[in-house]
Amino acid sequence: MLWMLGGWFRMRAPKNKSEGSVVSLQPIVEIRDVNFTYDTRPVLKGINMTFHKGKVIAIMGGSGCGKTTLFRLIGGALKPTKGEIKIDGQVMHELDQAGLYEIRRKMGVLFQFGALFTDMSVYDNVAFQMREHTDLPEEMIRDLVMMKLHAVGLRGTHALMPAELSGGMARRVALARTIALDPMLILYDEPFAGLDPISLTAIGSSIRQLNNALGATSVVVTHDVQESLKIVDYIYFISDGVIVAEGTPAEIQASDKPFVHQFVHGEMDGPVPFQYPGGDYKTDLGVSA
Amino acid sequence: MPLIRSMRNIGHRSVDTIWRIGFAARFFVLILLNSGMSFRRFHLTVRELFFTGVMSLIIILVAGLFVGVVLGLQGYETLKSYGSESALGTLVALSLVRELGPVLAALLFASRAGSAMTAEIGLMKATEQIAAMEMMAVNPIARVVAPRFWAGVISMPLLAAMFSAVGVFGGYLVGVVFIGVDEGSFWSQMQSSVDFQHDIMNGVLKSFVFGVAVTVISLFEGFDAPPTAEGVSGATTRTVVQSSVVVLLLDVVLTAIMFRGI
Repeated sequence: MLWMLGGWFRMRAPKNKSEGSVVSLQPIVEIRDVNFTYDTRPVLKGINMTFHKGKVIAIMGGSGCGKTTLFRLIGGALKPTKGEIKIDGQVMHELDQAGLYEIRRKMGVLFQFGALFTDMSVYDNVAFQMREHTDLPEEMIRDLVMMKLHAVGLRGTHALMPAELSGGMARRVALARTIALDPMLILYDEPFAGLDPISLTAIGSSIRQLNNALGATSVVVTHDVQESLKIVDYIYFISDGVIVAEGTPAEIQASDKPFVHQFVHGEMDGPVPFQYPGGDYKTDLGVSA
Repeated sequence: MPLIRSMRNIGHRSVDTIWRIGFAARFFVLILLNSGMSFRRFHLTVRELFFTGVMSLIIILVAGLFVGVVLGLQGYETLKSYGSESALGTLVALSLVRELGPVLAALLFASRAGSAMTAEIGLMKATEQIAAMEMMAVNPIARVVAPRFWAGVISMPLLAAMFSAVGVFGGYLVGVVFIGVDEGSFWSQMQSSVDFQHDIMNGVLKSFVFGVAVTVISLFEGFDAPPTAEGVSGATTRTVVQSSVVVLLLDVVLTAIMFRGI
């Protein structure tokens, strides 16, 4: 574990996104023909994705398109109605609780607003998984916690409580906690939501650099096109439960697909309409035609 | 039509209540099954003992003292008319040990510690801390819920005992020190009429059962709370109301079994 962190401290800003990362042909995550239905409402329809080791992948789409559902399916919090999700060769929905917990020990999840434990200090938050899942002596845990916090630039906050941190700092502490056990797969749920530009850049570059240093695979579920294009290797666009576009950032930027164009350029109207479907406007206003 | 609608509403509420009772029972079994960590890492339970037990101590002691004082005053006035003032110690002790100690301590415990447990777990759920724990492969029932359950179960009989002890002291203060009942008869009558097995142990058993009931309700309501501000506030209110009703109901049942042999 420590040698990986040693790699992190020698790290510099990479010229290429995947520079320094371990890229393998063996997929870490395979999503095959996944369908998911809430009650009778289909949310995901026939999703196929493959995430390889060392890559940072973005899953994008408008609100309610099903990306958070997909995120929860990958994390094993939901079971697909049809199809399967394999992580490290294991079908998630076939695992019992012990099996699920075993695979989750190899995963890290960053929640939208950090989800730090509010009754614990920053230090204890980062040390939490180490204490729960390892028998490391407290001195080594201390060193590791300090290294993780240093990696996100917040070593000096170790004695603070989560309530004393700003939103961006809380997100970075949560990131340090996410990588506490050097996961092979890191899931990020809207990591850029509500951050100022400085925190946005800090989180964005940390995601990329940590992925390279740990040789992990990162999946970023986000709305933020511009920040994502800077750090990811591959992008999937989801709309209405299906993948409508996919490609590298360069391919996405050059895409002439109307949905991608609207999303990337932030156009108000297009394939995703500005107006939520409703009745006749004049009738609603009580004006006869 | 309104009749059918109201019947349908009653049906929905009944089914919903039965479902919730079922979930609560399942939740209770899960707590028991996942209790190993609470004892293997006892510091987790000790920490919760501080928050649920020690932090409830002041309200329990103050309420116990006042109840004892009032019992002393009221009891003296009633016993005086029969010329039995010397039985004041018996009256105060039996009232507290058998009944008022366990019941009032449980009601105060539900209001102070139970509502706090519900709000804390409800907010942990609303801020995704429970989900984060699950994703870190840490079972939240074992790590968060079970230590709080055992802390509640351990602290409730101790709090009830302290309530009764302070209440007896309050009765002594009023009866002996201020009114002038003979100190010797106050203590000796109490000693001869309070039976360890029949009175004290039954009181302890009552408070243990109340502790289990209040703590399970508090934890279940927190865990089941919708992850919104309104959801957590509603769950906290339900904890206090349901705990109070259940404690009083259980008291009727337990008193009937223990003291009437039904």
